[in-house]
Amino acid sequence: MSAPITGRRARRARRPRAVWLGWLFAAPAIVMYATFVLRPLLLTVQYSFYDWNGIGASTWVGLDNYGRLITDSELFATILHAFELIVFFSGIPVLLGLFVAATIRSIAASRLATVARTLLFLPQVIPLVAAGIMWSWLLSSTGLANELLSAVGLDSITRAWLGDFDTALPAVGVIGAWVLVGLCTLLLLAGMSKIDPALYEAARLDGAGPVREFRSITLPSLRQEIGVCVTVTVIAALASFDIVYISTQGGPGNSTMVPGLEIYYLAFSEREVGMASALAVALVLLVLAVVLPIQRLTRDGSR
Amino acid sequence: MIVKRREALIGRLLLVLLMAITVVPFISLFVTALHPSGTYPSGLSWPEHPQWGNFVDAFQAAKMGKLLLSSTLIVLGVVPASLLFGTLAGFAFGHLRMPGHRIGFLIFVLGLTLPFEGIITPLYYQIRDMGLLNTRWAIILPLIGLFMPFAVLWMRAHFVNMPDDLSEAARIDGASTWQLFWRVHVPLAMPALSSLAILLFLWTWNQFLLAIVLVDDPAKRTMAGALGAFQGQWGTDIPLLCAGALLILVPTLTVFLIFQRRFVAALLQGSIKG
Repeated sequence: MSAPITGRRARRARRPRAVWLGWLFAAPAIVMYATFVLRPLLLTVQYSFYDWNGIGASTWVGLDNYGRLITDSELFATILHAFELIVFFSGIPVLLGLFVAATIRSIAASRLATVARTLLFLPQVIPLVAAGIMWSWLLSSTGLANELLSAVGLDSITRAWLGDFDTALPAVGVIGAWVLVGLCTLLLLAGMSKIDPALYEAARLDGAGPVREFRSITLPSLRQEIGVCVTVTVIAALASFDIVYISTQGGPGNSTMVPGLEIYYLAFSEREVGMASALAVALVLLVLAVVLPIQRLTRDGSR
Repeated sequence: MIVKRREALIGRLLLVLLMAITVVPFISLFVTALHPSGTYPSGLSWPEHPQWGNFVDAFQAAKMGKLLLSSTLIVLGVVPASLLFGTLAGFAFGHLRMPGHRIGFLIFVLGLTLPFEGIITPLYYQIRDMGLLNTRWAIILPLIGLFMPFAVLWMRAHFVNMPDDLSEAARIDGASTWQLFWRVHVPLAMPALSSLAILLFLWTWNQFLLAIVLVDDPAKRTMAGALGAFQGQWGTDIPLLCAGALLILVPTLTVFLIFQRRFVAALLQGSIKG
């Protein structure tokens, strides 16, 4: 009669303690995360419904800020710019990374491949700000890019690439591509090294060329790695700030203005805290709307 | 076999080309930094009289000694705390698995894709109200919070793979949960912890947005933030700017070259998990 009671009592006594302990271990992380991420995130949502200059009283304006976001062509253009940057930040690094990784897989054991592993990673290690400074100089009117173009007789197209309305945004994109191409190459290379070499031998014996081999073996095996590359680079494009801030400050005109930079200007120069917050909410939702489907598409069913 | 040799050749050429494109900006920066201050040197030309003194000038103009100290202080504030809190929470969610741990973990995962711009505005007012604007705490405290999703996810992934038998054996020997954590699990987590430390160091050192918004004084910022201010001040003197940019790259590049293998491995793992 007494044994089951003590058993139950012991269990009852242990479980609350385990719960209590588990949450105690998690508490410091939760406190920091809640204070410096969740609280500001909720406040961003709250601010977005107000008109506030950051100092005086705020006025409730409902969805007006969001309305302006869609109707104000200048604000809406920042979002379009971010999507254009995806082509450069994401498209080029992933495609080039696939191509380069596939072709160097065959020479993976050579010294060249080892050196490349280190060198290609350099842009990942330096601050984006430094990348911005380097490239601003390379792409300036007297910079190396124009010198090379002149050297091959293309004087006619030389210009201040970052200062020209037509080329500024692609030029910013090139900087992003430079930063991200090495990361994608190495990620994809790591994925390729996990593919069974027997598959390639079998394909060769069946008479498959490099293109066929790439499409039938390499590409399907890399679903997950490609998913990671696309996710990381798309976030980098949508949330770009450092490179644009340093290389163009959003100019000329507004031709390279991106949401991240616009939020910064609206909140801290133009004192339109409500509008900045609405754009911030839109940016967060945009990232989720783009990234979540990619995650879903590229994850295997088993996970 | 001819096909194979041609493929290999194309592969090598491509690789060399890509390496050149990666390195040329660094070389251009270096060569430009050696030209006389105030000139607009052309692309890759080696100067007649290399001005090694530019590095000294930039070192002084940028107050590099102070910047190094400041960045180091910020890293020392952010990285150990993030590692500790991330490991504790990762242990709770991955190993203790108390009731409700799934929801708790999910809330952390949600923060993974959050762009810093999404919270920077209220963060400014919050830090101001805490009286921390223009101090290093304004960078340190938010960064710890912002790194939590990644740190917790990273450490949980490690603890989830630890066999339960290990803990049971320790329990039978009479270890409390706290002892189990410190004596058994933390020593086993060292590889995961050191990779995480490398990533957090790099992300802290290179943090720009928080630094320029929350700290006015460049001497209290991270390296990247200070570089932004340096560009504002010396942006017209190209050789000096290039010298300064190079100096600011030296610390991370040195750390990278020393821990190269770990770095590459950590960054690759990092992006797969993120």
